[in-house]
Amino acid sequence: MLEVKDLHSGYGRIDVLKGIGLEVHAGEVVALIGSNGAGKTTLLRALSGVQPVSGGEIRFLGQRIDKLAPHKRVGLGITQSPEGRQIFGPLSVADNLRLGAYLRKDDGIEADRERVYAMFPILKDKRDQQASGLSGGQQQMLAIGRALMGQPKLLLLDEPSLGLSPILVDQILDAVVAMRSSGITILLVEQNAAAALEIADRGYVIETGRIVHAGPAAELLTDPKVKAAYLGLD
Amino acid sequence: MSELLQFLISGLTVGAVYALVALGFTLVYHAADVVNFAQGEFVMLGGMVTVFAYAAGVPLPLAALLAVIVAVVVGLLLYWLAIAPARGASAVSLIIITIGASILLRGAAQIVFDKQFHKLPAFSGDAPIHLFGAVIQPQSLWVLGGAALVVLTLYYVMERTLIGKAVVATAANRLAARLVGVNVATVMALAFGGSAAIGAIAGILITPITLTSYDVGTLLALKGFAAAMLGGMGNPLGAVIGGLFLGLLESFGAGYVSSTYKDAIAFIVILAVLFVAPQGLVGRRKVERV
Repeated sequence: MLEVKDLHSGYGRIDVLKGIGLEVHAGEVVALIGSNGAGKTTLLRALSGVQPVSGGEIRFLGQRIDKLAPHKRVGLGITQSPEGRQIFGPLSVADNLRLGAYLRKDDGIEADRERVYAMFPILKDKRDQQASGLSGGQQQMLAIGRALMGQPKLLLLDEPSLGLSPILVDQILDAVVAMRSSGITILLVEQNAAAALEIADRGYVIETGRIVHAGPAAELLTDPKVKAAYLGLD
Repeated sequence: MSELLQFLISGLTVGAVYALVALGFTLVYHAADVVNFAQGEFVMLGGMVTVFAYAAGVPLPLAALLAVIVAVVVGLLLYWLAIAPARGASAVSLIIITIGASILLRGAAQIVFDKQFHKLPAFSGDAPIHLFGAVIQPQSLWVLGGAALVVLTLYYVMERTLIGKAVVATAANRLAARLVGVNVATVMALAFGGSAAIGAIAGILITPITLTSYDVGTLLALKGFAAAMLGGMGNPLGAVIGGLFLGLLESFGAGYVSSTYKDAIAFIVILAVLFVAPQGLVGRRKVERV
């Protein structure tokens, strides 16, 4: 579904991605793990088109998309719940979700909003409130819900568990599993590597802009090097 | 008493025009993060195009419509030719670009039109209305009513339509707006077009009272900017309040102190806002969540 080949990107003269290659197949949950500054967020932003790339290719459903504008990629079915939530603070919860479906013209928008409310009931209770008044966990749910409103084929989740309590992390990860079973392919970026690999099919480990390990999630979970570096185990 | 009422009405009338100019500033600042000092030229274009089209025999309503269209086209060209290519430039560079554009527009207007002052007939006659000893020109009611209509329309668009919400969303978080599929360039072009229309309407409404010429834009831009600052830059409600307040200050200042210093009041307001309340009357300090 998604093929990335030799992708380069950077900020000014500093290269952040130094030839990333990865694949995501339809129906998978793929985890991308790595430490702070490894290039995880830069990669997701490059996939969405909000971070310029200096080389390499991105193909989605067989089509080159690395030159497409961000809104064209959303139209093709790639949406993202960005790092740090990035909700629309002055707008209501309901409007945030409506804007997630900004490009859609079909009449299933209302039903999809109800589906998001069913997944995160707290959002329904607060639907008329300003999004800036939500707690961190609720904002995270809103960011994920907003990305779902775009009817993604491929959902990019950037650090959905960052700064959340363990109970909320479980709730978010359960939601990811539920999304996968409803047919959405997911590329999940996480610093919480153990949690991410537990729900993922496959995983990639990224270090200073390069993929250094790849494999089935269960194998990465038991790989001694990965364990030592990212899982905090010996 | 009648004197007070007189100053109040003339203050509100001119204040409504400042409010519209401030609203234009706010809209562009909100959506595109640009302080557009060519805002006053839209007001000039509104008045001048209407005057010349009307003089050429076009009926007044059509002449006014034509003026709004011309201003919108100029606003879009300003965005596409001057602002869009400079994406990523610093705020100061963008301000200098808009000042340059405003000088260009003024120069072009001087050539296309002329250097004379021009007047339009009042929309519904010159017979003054007497109210509690004060004299109201019917055109004042047109200005106030027209401004109110513009404000309500803008409010409706921003609060109730998807494209309006996209503008608010772009202002609130540009990255997230792009990620949900908002074409940010379209939103910015819309903001420039919209602010040009608002400015042109202000120019058309006020010309029967204050006259117009190729260079009325400069002072109006500065006063509208003062009003926008007074209300808290980027806050539409604040822009309206700031505009009306500035109009009243000028009117009462001219009436009770000295009309010599009428134009100085706007600049005193800018300085006072910068020293005392940089966030404006209505605006809040920006709180960054970390």
